[in-house]
Amino acid sequence: MSDSNSQTVKFYQTGTFTVGNRLLDESLRTVQATTERSNSIDSGHRACQGCGQALGARYALDAAMRATDNNIIAANATGCLEVFTTPYPETAWSIPWLHSVFGNAAAVGSGMAAALKARGDTTTRVIAQGGDGGTTDIGFGCLSGMFDRNDDVLYICYDNGGYMNTGVQRSSATPPAARTATTMPLGDNPGSSFDTGKFLPAIALAHEIPYVATASVHDLHDLERKVEKAMSFHGARYIQINVPCPLGWGSEPAHTIRLARLAVESGLWPLFEGERGEVTDSTKIRYQVPVEDYLKLQKRFAHVFKPENLDQLEAIRALALKNIRRYHLV
Amino acid sequence: MLQQISGSIAVAEAIALCRPEVIPCYPITPQTHIVEHLSELIKSGQLKGCTYENVESEFASLSLCIGSSGAGARTYTATASQGLLFMMEAVYNASGLSLPIVMTLGNRAIGAPINIWNDHSDAMSARDAGWIQLFVESNQQAVDVHIQAFRLAEALSLPVMVNMDGFILTHAVTRIDIPNQQQVDGFLPPLVPRQQLDVRAPITIGAMVGPDAFTEVRYLAHHAQKQALAVIEQQAAEFEQIFGRDSGGLVKYYGNENAEIVFVAMGSVIGSLREMQRQTAEEGIDFGILSLRSFRPFPAQVISLALGKAKSAIVFEKSFAVGMGGVLTSEVHMATEANDLKIHSVIGGLGGRSITIKSLRKLLDAALKNELPNETFMDLDTATVEREIERQQDQASGPVAENILRDVGVVSASKTH
Amino acid sequence: MFQIRIHGRGGQGVVSASELISVAAFEQGKYSQAFPSFGSERMGAPVQAFTRISDEPILSREPVMDPDMLIIQDPTLFHAVNVFEGARIDGYLLINSSRSVETLGIEDMTSKYPAGHVQILPATEIAMKHIKQPKPNTVLLGAFAALTGMLQLEGLEKAIRERFAPRIAEPNVVAASAGFQHIQQHLNESAEA
Repeated sequence: MSDSNSQTVKFYQTGTFTVGNRLLDESLRTVQATTERSNSIDSGHRACQGCGQALGARYALDAAMRATDNNIIAANATGCLEVFTTPYPETAWSIPWLHSVFGNAAAVGSGMAAALKARGDTTTRVIAQGGDGGTTDIGFGCLSGMFDRNDDVLYICYDNGGYMNTGVQRSSATPPAARTATTMPLGDNPGSSFDTGKFLPAIALAHEIPYVATASVHDLHDLERKVEKAMSFHGARYIQINVPCPLGWGSEPAHTIRLARLAVESGLWPLFEGERGEVTDSTKIRYQVPVEDYLKLQKRFAHVFKPENLDQLEAIRALALKNIRRYHLV
Repeated sequence: MLQQISGSIAVAEAIALCRPEVIPCYPITPQTHIVEHLSELIKSGQLKGCTYENVESEFASLSLCIGSSGAGARTYTATASQGLLFMMEAVYNASGLSLPIVMTLGNRAIGAPINIWNDHSDAMSARDAGWIQLFVESNQQAVDVHIQAFRLAEALSLPVMVNMDGFILTHAVTRIDIPNQQQVDGFLPPLVPRQQLDVRAPITIGAMVGPDAFTEVRYLAHHAQKQALAVIEQQAAEFEQIFGRDSGGLVKYYGNENAEIVFVAMGSVIGSLREMQRQTAEEGIDFGILSLRSFRPFPAQVISLALGKAKSAIVFEKSFAVGMGGVLTSEVHMATEANDLKIHSVIGGLGGRSITIKSLRKLLDAALKNELPNETFMDLDTATVEREIERQQDQASGPVAENILRDVGVVSASKTH
Repeated sequence: MFQIRIHGRGGQGVVSASELISVAAFEQGKYSQAFPSFGSERMGAPVQAFTRISDEPILSREPVMDPDMLIIQDPTLFHAVNVFEGARIDGYLLINSSRSVETLGIEDMTSKYPAGHVQILPATEIAMKHIKQPKPNTVLLGAFAALTGMLQLEGLEKAIRERFAPRIAEPNVVAASAGFQHIQQHLNESAEA
């Protein structure tokens, strides 16, 4: 789908506002709705039920495959995505794929791009990907370097707000107040501290790379459009997709898409796009919901509903309002 | 063509002749002149079809190598010392993935205390990393061995680390025969990767392997290194045929094969040992020199054979395992279990301390008199050491390095407590 | 084997000087080896560089311990470093200074050398005249060639032109020649005297 098709109508995959792809002209349907989708990650992998990352990765890669006429090679950071797609002796990858170590996916991607450049191969394109730990923490240096050099790589971060593969520890993308194995809400501790953490999409934007976007697994059209748009640029590009994790968030597997939507509609996960340092567009919240609607479905936030922790709830509301103001979400 | 150039420039020229496709680099002394010159060769158009990347760290540098080698490109980088440590996770990964990357290590000490000068601590830190590790005695060998390194790496799909002594070789300006493109092309065919990320034939590289097959994968890495023992010899012979020079191989023995005393060492110190050999020969004193050109794979059988007639081996090494002693010494011990051989360990040249022929001669003279101890730290200033040990009777004796610098008068007197 | 040790300070071209000697020797068909006593890059720090010249391949990697030729680019080093350490007193000594042996206070050492083997010349002043920079090294190399006969001026000029861009090389060629003539004239005068 081209940029000019920027949605005027919102499509929902689930819930009251569901609009089926069948109502759309075939050319406007999602990649996932077509039988020709590449299935970059094949079925039979070992992701948990309701894994947002498994969905996000397949959506993003299939969209990139369509945008490039199936010419994607990928570098992968260590993490859930790597582990659940390559259980020995199987692989779920139907695209050329290389996993090196935890903190270097962006650099490995840069290396692939350098090899293609040396060969004069302008057809094959490179995607590097990882979870939020592999991106915002241990892989941050390599990612910033890739941005700095403006290497021709699309980096996709599947953000589930923590180190889930190692048993749910805090990362710098863990939202304030979230309970993790290393940020337990014990005593006066609020879970992950307020005034900590980093929002990497804004940092990516500050590198003035050609394209930066946030996306969410609940909005397939928007996600696919952003990936396809990213592939229309050359140079360094960055997309961070919010991917709920039932294990780490303490949520129902069936709530993955709903949680992703509520994160957006509460203002806690702003959807925006930027080019070369400037925010160019953001997705308005159509039906704004209170943050509680999002938080109460997750055990990691259970403690904020205790009477003595109402200040935490208030602080989370303030975060949502800040996002709404900063990214013009209403 | 004969040229009078520095080791670094010579290596860069040799690398360019090998037609690399991707060179990521990060500056660290003493390898910087290599990658600077390569950048120049690429920017000036002399080296075509090569992507040069200035990256943000050594870890990124080798990670780019992994990506580019995985994508099937001939890939080169260089580093030293702390740089090797910083990329160490990727060092193990590159060999684990069987990627034929060639890397120069401009050998340098590892801190703390920070020290930019030559020894072999960096190379030794990677001795178990699964890379082929070759050492060169001279800059001509550095040129020749790099050319062989690409062919070796690609024949076995294994990364190769070429070790050249920092400063002593990298910065030394000497006469070097730089081969021509035709010669190098005749020796080094284009890369045919064992594995390559290709959209026409998708593969997965770097999948997880559990207890059910990890042993087998690791054994195969060992097997590949053992195969390298034969391939290194064979390629060195072929190289000699084409280029007319003996450069490479597993080991090189200098001197009388029946000598009772044999020095065993790696790298540029071989030159000084040979000079001493030349001098002592005039006095009628005989000793042999065994130069280990391949450290990984470790040519145990060849070493045992080469030391077959020796009564006493002096293993000279520029690094040691703290709390254990000379690493090369213990490996030579292992290799010569069946030999009737007394092995002496000498640790010298640490952190760039000059290895003088005078000091080497003292070792030889002691060995001739049967007075060389099992372990010697060559030119160790025992007075300074004893003063510091004495000082450490006081629990809060302060930082060792600064204490010693003050003793030897380097730190200004005004800084005394 | 002829061994040279150059003492100077970072930024004076000590390392370049040792390399230029080796390239000039190479041009004359000799084996040569040049290397610095390495340190971090820092202007003003004491620096040494070594060159060996031989008809045979050079094997040794040790620093030059007993130089046949000692070149002192900066006379203030007499108070900082034992520049004479190991120097062969049957060798040569070349000092960049506008002062005399007496005022430099090094007579004890210089008196041991054969007559004419110790030469002092104001290389920095000569360099300022020809290359407009206080870089005495090429002047000293010209002087070295004249003093020892180890190098021909032509070889040195070729080495300078090979190593530097014309804009830098040409004034340095003139400077080297000036250094050469300065010493030659001095030697001639001494011979006549």
